[in-house]
Amino acid sequence: MTNIPMEAGLLLAGILFTLGLISVLIRRNIIFMLISVEIMLNAAGLAFIVAATRWAQPDGQVMFIFILTMAAAEVSVGLALILQLHHQLKTLDSDAANKMFG
Amino acid sequence: MENLLWLIPALPFAGALLLILFGRRMPRNLVAILGAGSVGFSALITLLLGFQFLSARPDFYVQQVWTWFDVAGFSPGIAFHLDALSLVFVFVVTFVGFLIHVYSAGYMADEEDFARFFACMNLFVGSMLMLVLADNLLLLYLGWEGVGLCSYLLIGFWYKNPANGYAARKAFIITRVGDTAMAIGLFILFQTFGTLNIQAILSEAPQTWPVGSQKAVLTAFLLLGGAVGKSGQLPLQTWLPDAMAGPTPVSALIHAATMVTAGVYLIARTNVIFELAPPAMMAVAIVGAVTLLIAGCTALTQYDLKRVLAYSTISQIGYMFLALGVGAWSAGIFHFMIHAFFKALLFLCAGAIIIALHHEQDMRQMGGLRRALPVVFWTFLIGAASLAALPLVTAGFYSKDQILWYALAGERGNVWLYLAALVGAFITAIYTFRMVFITFYGEAKTHVSHPPGLVMVVPLVILAILSTVGGFIELPHNFAHLTLFSDLLQPVLPGIAVDETIGESEWMFQTLAAGVSVVGLFLAFLFFYARPAAFQETITRSKVTMAIRDFWFSGWGFDKLYDMLFVRPYVYLSKLNKADVIDEIYTGMASLAETLNRALSRTQDGVLRNYITGVVVGAVLILTLSLLL
Repeated sequence: MTNIPMEAGLLLAGILFTLGLISVLIRRNIIFMLISVEIMLNAAGLAFIVAATRWAQPDGQVMFIFILTMAAAEVSVGLALILQLHHQLKTLDSDAANKMFG
Repeated sequence: MENLLWLIPALPFAGALLLILFGRRMPRNLVAILGAGSVGFSALITLLLGFQFLSARPDFYVQQVWTWFDVAGFSPGIAFHLDALSLVFVFVVTFVGFLIHVYSAGYMADEEDFARFFACMNLFVGSMLMLVLADNLLLLYLGWEGVGLCSYLLIGFWYKNPANGYAARKAFIITRVGDTAMAIGLFILFQTFGTLNIQAILSEAPQTWPVGSQKAVLTAFLLLGGAVGKSGQLPLQTWLPDAMAGPTPVSALIHAATMVTAGVYLIARTNVIFELAPPAMMAVAIVGAVTLLIAGCTALTQYDLKRVLAYSTISQIGYMFLALGVGAWSAGIFHFMIHAFFKALLFLCAGAIIIALHHEQDMRQMGGLRRALPVVFWTFLIGAASLAALPLVTAGFYSKDQILWYALAGERGNVWLYLAALVGAFITAIYTFRMVFITFYGEAKTHVSHPPGLVMVVPLVILAILSTVGGFIELPHNFAHLTLFSDLLQPVLPGIAVDETIGESEWMFQTLAAGVSVVGLFLAFLFFYARPAAFQETITRSKVTMAIRDFWFSGWGFDKLYDMLFVRPYVYLSKLNKADVIDEIYTGMASLAETLNRALSRTQDGVLRNYITGVVVGAVLILTLSLLL
């Protein structure tokens, strides 16, 4: 088993995080925004795993379990909100939900 | 017996409290009995205490009722101090006050606010008694402000007429100018002596301050400021004539007999401080002399009966100030007592006339009242004779003669003060009998409808007797050796040394003073009874005399001067500052917060992506900062 250098792992995590962030910012479809947030979460999880491997500590993997469970909860809440939004506005465009400004 | 001392001020206060709380539901008779009775009982206790005081001759009685407060070693008490000086004042306040209360029961019989009137009068008597009995200056100041408040309430008694409210406010504000000076004087006294107990200050002052020391002079002048405000002396005299807007018994009690002499009391009470400040003594004498002349001249020209009496009050208090200023302490207090009798009498007579003529105060509408109101005529005549100091038979002669004599022969007296007082006596005789002739002689112009009842006549007769016999308790040295009054005051007020070189010729000056008042009477007879038309024509023919008349009529233009110097600039400034410059700071802060709020609330546009952008930009900024710093 070849050792993957830590830098490569962190770089991958960084790229994933940035991709997720960009797509949250530019997407208007709210389902895609939710998926992008998931990508960002997983990028953070990946960074934890890489760090845990580097220092041979279990803490990072524990954190990843936390992130997984939290992501599951977040998705369920998020999907419920999306359902409600679609029910109310008949669209998935996040910009349409701007009734509460000012 | 001296344990009863606290009851003297407490009874009128209790009366006032009862009348304020339950007066509206009481029958009118009960209100009158309660109002006059509380003061009457005070007078009785004064009589008992005074009798004991005169037979036992202690220096003073002190009664500590309780400690007002106790802060850092300063513990002024509610404590009363009765010595000869306060006894004289308490006697006048309770007795004259009682007579005026009885009279008011008749005078105010048709008034709606009967209970309010008596409540205020009782409150006034209580405060005045507290003022003269206080053993420390703080309690004195409480009474001082209390009488000021009652004066305000009673001048504005008929508050539905805005002019009365204006007069009340004027009196209140102008006396406040003096009170502020007095308060500063009290601060200096407290800072120097660490106490406000009057006796302690008076005994320590000569050791602390050398004669003529700067602080003593300053304190004496500040106290004089308070006295001048309360007593309607130059330059704060303008409120007193307007104070006649109140009911006539109020003018008699507050603005003639008692409250306006509080300044005289204050100066006499703190005589040690004034003795240490010769310039202040001189100022007291000069204020008195100038005031008595100015007010006397103004009284010559007035047509409102009550205003003549008001200016005459100012002028007579000027005599008291003159006496105090030349160091003739007991002469000043003697004149205070006699003045309280005859001026209360004159005001009450004026009230009887005014009621009889349906609230007509203009003397030109009166005349011929001699036959219609005989009792009022005779008592008024006795009071007028006393005011004009007709020789030998009137009390006013004995008290005023003493002042004239000491103004010349006293060690601080001089010819100018004497001349001012003599001219003042001449003017007094003229304006007094001008009043008598215009009001009671000539043809009747208004029909008399309401002859005064018994409750109004009895006080008049008693006061008339007092204004005559009151003078015989203190005779001039060359008449007989009878000086009951100054003997009584001896332990409290220092005597006066007489310049021996003119001491021999006292007879001559007495004859001069007597002659002046008789000549004044004769001139008044000539101008206002024998040939009023010729006199009127002489005045109106020349422009100069008309100008003088108008100038005197306006009270020497003081009202106009103060209006220009103080009232108008103040009103102008307050108009400029209508938006309130200081308030701008706070409204500015409020509007800044509002602007920022509007700017920030614009970012809440409801677009989810903008929010996320904001979060990202913020996170990037914070991360960058934490990396850089």
